[in-house]
Amino acid sequence: MGPMGGPGRAPRAAGGKPKDMKKSLTRLMGFVGKYKLGFLFAVLFSLISTLASIFSPLVQGMVTSELFRGSLDPASGIDFQLIVRILTTLGILYLLNSAFKYLEQFLMAGVAQRTMYDLRRAVDEKISRLPLSYFDTRTNGEVLSRITNDVDTVQNTLQQGVTQVVTSVITVVGIFITMLSISPRMTLIAVLTLPLSLIFSMLIVKKSQKWFRMQQKEIGELNGHVEEMFSGHNVVKAFNRQDKVTKQFEEINGRLYQCGWKAQFLSGIMMPLVGFVGNIGYLLVCAVGGLAVIAGKLLVGEIQSFVQYMRQFTQPISQAANIMNMLQSTMAAAERIFEMLDESEEEPEISDPVVLKNARGDVRFEHVRFGYAKDKLLIRDLNIDVKSGSKIAIVGPTGAGKTTIVNLLLRFYELSGGRITVDGVDITQMTRNGLRELFGMVLQDTWLFGGTIRENIAYGRLGATEEEIVTAARSAHAHSFIKQLPGGYDMVLNEDATNISQGQRQLLTIARALLADPEIMILDEATSSVDTRTEILIQKAMKTLMKGRTSFIIAHRLSTIRDADMILVLRDGDIVETGNHEQLLEKGGFYAQLYQSQFAGESIA
Amino acid sequence: MRRVLKEMKPFWLSIVLISVFTIFHVIAELGMPSLMSNIIDVGIVNSDGGYVLAQGGVMLALAVFGLLSTAATGYFSAKMSAGVGRNLRSALFAKVESFSLADVDRFGTASLIIRTTNDVTQLQNFVVMFFRIVLMSPFMMIGSVFMALSNSQRLSGIILAAMVFLIVLVTLIARTVMPLTQAMQQKLDALNRVLREKLNGLRVIRAFNTEEHERLRFDGANRDLSATSLKMQRIMTLLMPGMMFLLNATTILILWFGSGWVSAGELMVGDLVAVLQYVMHIMMSLMMMSMVVVMLPRALTSANRVGEVLEHENSILDPQAPSFGGQKDGTVEFQDVSFSYGDSDDAVLDHISFTARPGETTAIIGSTGSGKTTLLNLIPRFYETSEGRVLVDGVDVREYRQEDLRKKIGYVPQKSVLFSGTIADNIRFGREDADGEQLRKAAEISQSFSFIEEKAEGFESHIAQGGSNVSGGQKQRLSIARAVAKRPEIYLFDDSFSALDLKTDADLRRALAQETGGATVILVAQRVSTIMHAQQILVLDEGRIAGKGTHQELLESCGVYREIVFSQLSENEITKGGK
Repeated sequence: MGPMGGPGRAPRAAGGKPKDMKKSLTRLMGFVGKYKLGFLFAVLFSLISTLASIFSPLVQGMVTSELFRGSLDPASGIDFQLIVRILTTLGILYLLNSAFKYLEQFLMAGVAQRTMYDLRRAVDEKISRLPLSYFDTRTNGEVLSRITNDVDTVQNTLQQGVTQVVTSVITVVGIFITMLSISPRMTLIAVLTLPLSLIFSMLIVKKSQKWFRMQQKEIGELNGHVEEMFSGHNVVKAFNRQDKVTKQFEEINGRLYQCGWKAQFLSGIMMPLVGFVGNIGYLLVCAVGGLAVIAGKLLVGEIQSFVQYMRQFTQPISQAANIMNMLQSTMAAAERIFEMLDESEEEPEISDPVVLKNARGDVRFEHVRFGYAKDKLLIRDLNIDVKSGSKIAIVGPTGAGKTTIVNLLLRFYELSGGRITVDGVDITQMTRNGLRELFGMVLQDTWLFGGTIRENIAYGRLGATEEEIVTAARSAHAHSFIKQLPGGYDMVLNEDATNISQGQRQLLTIARALLADPEIMILDEATSSVDTRTEILIQKAMKTLMKGRTSFIIAHRLSTIRDADMILVLRDGDIVETGNHEQLLEKGGFYAQLYQSQFAGESIA
Repeated sequence: MRRVLKEMKPFWLSIVLISVFTIFHVIAELGMPSLMSNIIDVGIVNSDGGYVLAQGGVMLALAVFGLLSTAATGYFSAKMSAGVGRNLRSALFAKVESFSLADVDRFGTASLIIRTTNDVTQLQNFVVMFFRIVLMSPFMMIGSVFMALSNSQRLSGIILAAMVFLIVLVTLIARTVMPLTQAMQQKLDALNRVLREKLNGLRVIRAFNTEEHERLRFDGANRDLSATSLKMQRIMTLLMPGMMFLLNATTILILWFGSGWVSAGELMVGDLVAVLQYVMHIMMSLMMMSMVVVMLPRALTSANRVGEVLEHENSILDPQAPSFGGQKDGTVEFQDVSFSYGDSDDAVLDHISFTARPGETTAIIGSTGSGKTTLLNLIPRFYETSEGRVLVDGVDVREYRQEDLRKKIGYVPQKSVLFSGTIADNIRFGREDADGEQLRKAAEISQSFSFIEEKAEGFESHIAQGGSNVSGGQKQRLSIARAVAKRPEIYLFDDSFSALDLKTDADLRRALAQETGGATVILVAQRVSTIMHAQQILVLDEGRIAGKGTHQELLESCGVYREIVFSQLSENEITKGGK
């Protein structure tokens, strides 16, 4: 067997790069703009807090200078009143720094959380306006990732990043000016160390990113391999492939180790290197400053302040690379959110819709053309005429387009040509909700949500009374099993409703459809895995459901097919035959072939 | 936990080296302020320029020394953490590969995946953090306290008080935030759940016109999440400004008392400046150590989860003296076999006996939960029987090496599993050395050939992870092709035709019948039409055999069978099938 490498499901590496940073930024600021006042005040507060932090080393150094002066000049001694004044000022500066920092963060948390709420809401509302075709090409995980990962990334940046940028810029500028005012010569030393630390950190970031990217890729591959092999454990065991897949794992794991420790080492060495450059600056300043003090050009306290400034000065600059990375991945995340918000939506509703009251349920397909992809027609020219109250069975091999007919009836997709009418009214002349009110649906994948059984049935018609719910459950033959469940109608279903059986789930969806009491029913018969007794109940319930309604059944059971008023035999998207069971058998065409093939089995079964 | 610590053992030398270099680094770092204090107190006071420069030189040497020590720490800890991670992952993967299905069930597949990937990564991160950053803190703190005290013992009271305040502050915030973090995680899960349900039920929601209801449901979860995160954020943000303030207040106190002592001639100015910097180091170390409090519970949980898997005792082991089989014709015999999962008293299979002979098809039918899949899983010894024996080729399956036993079997699971790779790779999973002709044949028999051929790259077409780029029916056919390529003595089909339409189902069975010839075929199905021609049909009902015989025989003798048949076929078809 060749290498089963494959791309795996790699987690998105560090966010990627935005295509148009400025545009996404403007749009993101549009969302933040609603909370302009809070945002502006947060920036203002961060300004105050930063200024306070810039001045405090200067003031602190004044104490040292005074102490030094006083201790060298025993005659006048230390001026304690001055010390008290300086310390009071220092205390106020410290207080301002912390208080405004907190206020800024407090406000920013509000802005960030509300913006995130708005963004999540916008995505959610978008989901309900997107055509189903959007979801055909994407996994649920991808869509979920918009609301969780991407929104989260944006939130972190809003909470920390924005003010970090503001603080950094002010700090660098403010400190530079203050340093100049203390000593231009020492400032020169400090500034000279800057490009050095910048170059070091850039070099290392570049090198380590290469390894990080490789590590990310290997992690993706490793996770993919583990997921596949553990999920297919029975197959691996049955075909004696444990050693082989373990060897594959070892290979990936070994590669992951190699790039993992390199990435780790390089990224870990950056801070010490920058720190080293800082230390060199530090000692140069001490030496040069010390000499200057001896020469009487500088006060001792000023060296001390200067040293502190140097530390603060290099910090935002050595972080510049990190901040840029963060902004980049944030913008990429924002861009992905906006891309989704910009997707084209369903065709707008017609302005003057027809409302069908007491519809009979006549359905016609007239020269319907359709394909999921624009250039690949699945249905070329479909004509069906269904009279009110009749049962239509749709049969055909897999991929013949049976589900497509349902999708078109409910207008989940728009036609490429032709039209579909209900009681003679083109379905595009109604609102989608108006159209869908006419239909009830029981699908193979029994969609139920985490909630009580009662809530799940009531989903058919929100606001139904208890009595109506129980009646629907009775008609669907669900009442008796519900009664036996712990909690009865109040039993809470878990997320995938796995705490009741597949058959019971089917019965619940039938009850839900009965409660909705639609004019037209769509049924998708389950192909698999329901126990016999429940199966009989389901068939009875389905019969009740179809009584007196136009019904479309995607049929897999011959008994259902035989009872149908009309059978549509689909092949490659076209109706190749229509008629009832006997007529079609007599005809001896595709249907007869399909039907006979069932019983032509030889020795295998 | 202990099991994971054992993985650290091979790295003892690294640990020693890391500790030594960390101490070097701390010495270098702590030497700096002292030297600066010397510059002030000796060099400047005495106006000795030469001394200032000399001390500068010493500082430079110290800085280089510090850098080299950190680099060494970084190097060894990076290699060690990556090594620990690699070894843990390997051990886990190999362990899981040796698991029987019962062992896997005990943990759950999803949980095993998380343990092998996320939990190990968590541990690896913890090791890095611990050895690169946290380990330094106690050294740094002890060193700083020592240095500060050697500069001025009288300031120790202030330093001590500040440390106590800081610890109280961190504890208070951590205790308030911890439950909020959990609440937030729950609310985030709730939001995800609502959204996932919504995405899964798109059609139903639209069909029932309940978009507005769903919107409100999401909005509720969204609001809830926002409110909780806001509360948490606002408390969390107290931490940094609070700590900064505490640090700064300490500075003011030290300056105030220090001034008095300097004035009284009891303290040098340079010492005061140095002490201020040591205090900074002490506080930083405390903050670092408080990080452990946050990280440790998570790492411990991961360590325990990983340890559980590694320490698990496998429920199925190969025999010491394996048998190499009897007549090799593929006969499968169940002798009074009972089975129940785990410690449960409910027997899933209850005294089952039958023989499946070569050249014949034995079909098993029955309602969900009647034990069909379980029965099939006992043949390749995925599970161990609770009572009775399963014989393959006349030998108890427990007497074979698992590998030898499974060589005889071609297994098609209920849930089709494909692996990422090409279509050819997937079929060759059954027979490693299958050539082009054999691949083609396997594809033809499984009715896959036509759709493979339609693909641009044919057999070399790529299958995505989990086989997500082929349809359910195609997946099923490929997993049948895989078993066919193996040309085993025994075929096991576990409801393997369910995703096929009736015609494909029939074509496939016809082609298979020719291929399987003298092999033993055991087949589980839901559709009567799939099994009605079998030479032997077993009807399972709640773990017991309710009937055994051919279609016609069972129609006459078995009530459960009749019930199943009448729910699926018309009278005409029933008799027709029997002919």
